[in-house]
This record gives sequence, structure tokens and C-alpha cells, in this order.
Amino acid sequence: MASIALNDRYDPEAAAARRRYFWSRFLVYAVLTFFAVIYLVPLLVVIFNSLREQPEIAQNGLISLPRSFRLDAWADAWGSYCISGTCEGMRRNFFNSLWMTVPATIISTVLGAINGYILSKWRFKGSEVLFNLMLLGVFMPGQISLMPWAFLLGKLGLTNSTYGLVLIHVIQGISFTTLFCRNFYVSIPDDLIKAARIDGAGFWRIFRKIILPLSPPILIVTVIWQFTGIWNEYLFGVVFTSGQEQPITAALVALTAGGTTARAYDVMSAAVLIGALPPLLIYLFGGKYFVRGLTQGAIK
Amino acid sequence: MSALTIRNLHKRYGAVEVLTGINLEAQTGEFVALVGPSGCGKSTLLAMIAGLETITSGEIWIGDRLVNSVQPKDRDIAMVFQSYALYPTMTVRENITFGMESRGVPRADQAEAVKRVAALLQIEQLLKRKPGQLSGGQRQRVAMGRALVRDPKLFLFDEPLSNLDAKLRVDMRTEIKKLHHRVGKTTVYVTHDQVEAMTLASRIAVMNQGSVQQFDTPKSIYERPANMFVAGFMGSPAMNFIPARLAGPANISVRTANGSDATLALPTPVAAGAPDNLILGVRPEHIYRFTTDLKSRKPAVASLEAPVELVEPTGAETLAVLRLGDLEITGRFEPDTAPTMGEMVTLGIDMSRACLFDPTTKALL
Repeated sequence: MASIALNDRYDPEAAAARRRYFWSRFLVYAVLTFFAVIYLVPLLVVIFNSLREQPEIAQNGLISLPRSFRLDAWADAWGSYCISGTCEGMRRNFFNSLWMTVPATIISTVLGAINGYILSKWRFKGSEVLFNLMLLGVFMPGQISLMPWAFLLGKLGLTNSTYGLVLIHVIQGISFTTLFCRNFYVSIPDDLIKAARIDGAGFWRIFRKIILPLSPPILIVTVIWQFTGIWNEYLFGVVFTSGQEQPITAALVALTAGGTTARAYDVMSAAVLIGALPPLLIYLFGGKYFVRGLTQGAIK
Repeated sequence: MSALTIRNLHKRYGAVEVLTGINLEAQTGEFVALVGPSGCGKSTLLAMIAGLETITSGEIWIGDRLVNSVQPKDRDIAMVFQSYALYPTMTVRENITFGMESRGVPRADQAEAVKRVAALLQIEQLLKRKPGQLSGGQRQRVAMGRALVRDPKLFLFDEPLSNLDAKLRVDMRTEIKKLHHRVGKTTVYVTHDQVEAMTLASRIAVMNQGSVQQFDTPKSIYERPANMFVAGFMGSPAMNFIPARLAGPANISVRTANGSDATLALPTPVAAGAPDNLILGVRPEHIYRFTTDLKSRKPAVASLEAPVELVEPTGAETLAVLRLGDLEITGRFEPDTAPTMGEMVTLGIDMSRACLFDPTTKALL
């Protein structure tokens, strides 16, 4: 009873503190909402346009609420729209991208994990130097390696093929995946490896039984990073492939550069969304692990 | 037969010499403690015995086998780590069987071994848990279980108790001792805690700066420390070191608080060739309040006067800080007969238990 009486008493200090707290929260959310809207409006415009009819877009302008609703643009973009002569839509390019991104992501992640394991737990003379050299790859812009790649793909006979792009993305990605995995594995106590060695486990058994089971957080980060990076990559795709072999990023540009007829904004919008969907889905499902994995340093 | 023999072992990292010629051996079934301050090389030595560190020069024999270039897994050893190093993604059972699994031991034998060890360490109810769900003491047990299940020639412990709280540490210490009695395996135990070494070991190797200072039984190490480092490291509170001068063949004199000299009679004459200036080493428990009764019980007692600067009662005993010349020494008294602060007390020092050191070589005379 006494405590209720106490609660009822008006405390000006506490009330002021509550007011201050409310307004500071309010400000934070207001700013966050403002930026979220700025960031999301373009996406919303594209989504709307993919659902509007072309005449309506022409009449009311690009930025406007939809007055019509149909999914024809999506079907067109997927299967029948004509890009530089062929009328197969984006489907083929979508699968090009998929066949490029999935193997390249898996291979570069596996290699990165093994590299990271060696560079953190089986150090040898010069392994730190090697790691630092590999790190240079992280800072190297793709343009620098264009000419060497052109030469190499030519020699290997892999120009204008998805395999060539897989090779490029695996090699270009190893720096990142190695960095991620190595820095994660460094936080795994060395005593675990020593105990396992005394227990009679070798290099691969330790990797499979001890390191890999601890790896999901960093593997998810690496896969998301590689998948979105490779999927969205444009430069190598546009330089080393053409026409039917192009990944979707390069094809999207070809779509807009058609220039023969009036611009079909509805189809373009749908095509762009089709191209953006896989990384979006990956992030949607793995996003919470991504944030957790990037911030997670140690294993307790 | 010796289960472990180490001959003239050296370890160098570049120009830094971490171990400078170690010689040790452990008899079968013996419990050897490696003790020393951090950085003395004791953990490196253990890692070299385990095969986790390379050997710069020297020899390590396990049983009658030279193991210098033998892989850790083939050395027939088991090790308990300070961090326990339990595999975090495996259950307790999987942790214990991992080694047998790696060596292709049949499933039925594995189950049998787990059962035996789990019963021995009373961890049966934990077998399905992951290490993250265990308390510190339980993890410690599991780590020991993982080592015990191997039935190796040699057990290696690397500061296994230092991550536990004080009470649990004492409990686990007792358990390790019981376990060693029951299992009877040759054990090398690294610790920085001299009490652990004293209570557990059958022999102690006291290490400092990469070399073994003394390798002997706990009793000899405590009573006849080979040098001032061993004397100061073993025992808490530490041995008092009092500068003294030779005053006759069996007499030394020390400076008292008022500046005058007090002469203390030694039970036996100082060895010939001893320097004039000496260090008198007296353990706190060998300082008493002087009485005629004490003198009759301990004839080697020598008396001197000292003012009491501080008294620290701990319950079971009372420590008193006493002034002697420029330095403060610590005495350990029965609470009933303890001096009070500010008192001028007549001390009786049991000279038969005292040690004399050479101040230049720091060695016992």
C-alpha cells in the first residue's frame, strides 16, 4: 500500500527525465524514418512502374501512384521481351547469372575457409607475408586486372562463357573470403587444435570436426558477401561476354540501350526487379546472421 | 624405470633463449610439478614434452623411446589444458571419445571406456551436455576425463586449476591428488602456484629464466632451498632474507632496529671459505616469541629484540611485521602468543632451520 502511495506522488525530476527521454527517442526515430523513406522511395517507384501500364506511365509520368494494375510487364521481362534482336526476355541471362554466381560463391567460400584455416592455425614461415599479399587483392580495383584476365581467358578459351566468369570471380573473391575466414578462425583458441592433435586428429579431421562446426556465422557472412557481390558484378560480365552469354547485370544495360522503340518503362522496371531479387532474398533470409557474423569476434 | 627423461634441452626463438639446458627425469608413477613465475619456460617445456613445440637441441625420452621427432598423437601422452580446450560443438561424450574415434577404436570399446571414466570422475549425468552448459569445475572434470580415457604413458597438466575460483581450486586439487593415487600414472604438472606444487608433487622442479633451479622433493625444496630464488619463491609469506656478518666460526651478527648488532649463534660452524658477508634466510614460522621454555625445547634458538610495526591476524595465525635494521621481516605467530603493535618483542629464531646464502652467487652455503 505504501508503495502505491509513493508512486502516486508527483516527482517533477522524474517527469522531466521521462519527457527528455521521450523527445530524444522521438528525434532518433524521426531521423531514421526520414532516411529510410529517402532510401526506399526509388524502390517503391520501380515496383509501382513494374505494375503500371505503359500508356499510363507515359500519361502520368514516372513518379506517380499506380492507377492500373497488371503483371504483363513481369511476364514480358521474364520470357518474351526483345533485347537486341532476340525475344527471349531476361530468363536466359537470369540463369547465366545463377550458373555463374552459385558455383563461384561456393568454390571461393570453400577455398577461403581452407586458406583461413591454414593461415590462422597452421602458420609456417612466411605465412603472415603471404596473408598480407593476399590482402592486397581486397584493395585492388577490378579494372586493373581486366587486361590480364582478357589475356588469360583468351589462352584458356574461356571468353564469352560462364565458366570464364566463374573462374574470374573465384580468384577475385579469394582475398575477401580468406580475410573473413582467417580473422574469424584467429579467435578460435589454439588449444583446441593442440588438444585435437594430441587426440590423434590430422589436418583435415580437425578442419571437418572442429573448425567447420564452429564456422556457420562466418560462412554465412562470406556466402552473402560473395553472392551479392558476384551477382551484382557488371564490369567483367559486360567485357568478357556478349548477347546470350551475358549475366543479367550486363543484359539489363543492353535492355535500356536498345533504343529502337519507345522506352518500355514497365518492362524495364520488372526486369530490374527480377535482376535484384536473388540478392534481396539472400539478404532477407541471411541478413540477421550477416550482421551477427560481422560483429561476432570471439567464440565463448 | 624412468617414464620421462629430458637431457640438456634447449629452446630458442630466434635470438631469445627460452630454455637453457633442462635436465629432468620422472620415475614411473611419479608426480612431477614444474613450478616457477610466468615466463620461466615451464609451459614451453611441457609443450615440448607433448610435441607441440619443436626442440632446438637436446633429447626427450618417454619410457625408452626418443620422441624428439615423434608427432604428438604418437607420443602416448594425454594433456589437460589451462583453458580445458573442450571442443565447443561436441557433447561431453563426443569430447571424450574424439581421440578414440580418431584412432579408430571400436564403438563398443569406446562406450566401455567412457563408462569407466565417467564413473571415476562422476560425470555420468553430464555426458549429453555441451561444454557451454557446464560450470568451471565440471569442465575441468571433463577435460580430465578426456585425458584419462586414453590410458597414456604420461599425463601432462598445464595449469589446470588456474581458471577456477579459490574454493573450487582447493577441492579440485584434492581430487587430482586422489585421482593420481588411484590411477598411478606418471604425471607432469605445470603450475605457478607453489602451494599446488607442494601439495601434489612427489618431486618439484623449480624453474626460473629457462633453467631448473632445483629438482627435489617438496620437503627438501622447502627446507633446504638450493638458492635464494627457490627460497623466496616457495613458501608464503616468503622467507625473510637478512643481511648478516660472520662473527666467529659459529656466530653471525645482524643489525637490529636501534643500530646495534645482535649476535646469533649457529648450531654448526659455517663451512670454510664462506664469505664474511652472508644472507640469513629465515622462514616466518621459525620466528617465535622468546621464552626460557622455548629455549629448553629448541636449544638452537637465538634471541634478539625487534619492534613490532604491524600485526595481521588471519584467524589461524597472526603475521607480524618486525623491524630489523633497515628492513622489515615477517614473523608467523600463534594468535595467543602473538605480539601487539608497537611492542618491543624479544624474538627467538630457530637457527637450526635457518639457511645461509652467499650474497653474490645467491647459492645455499
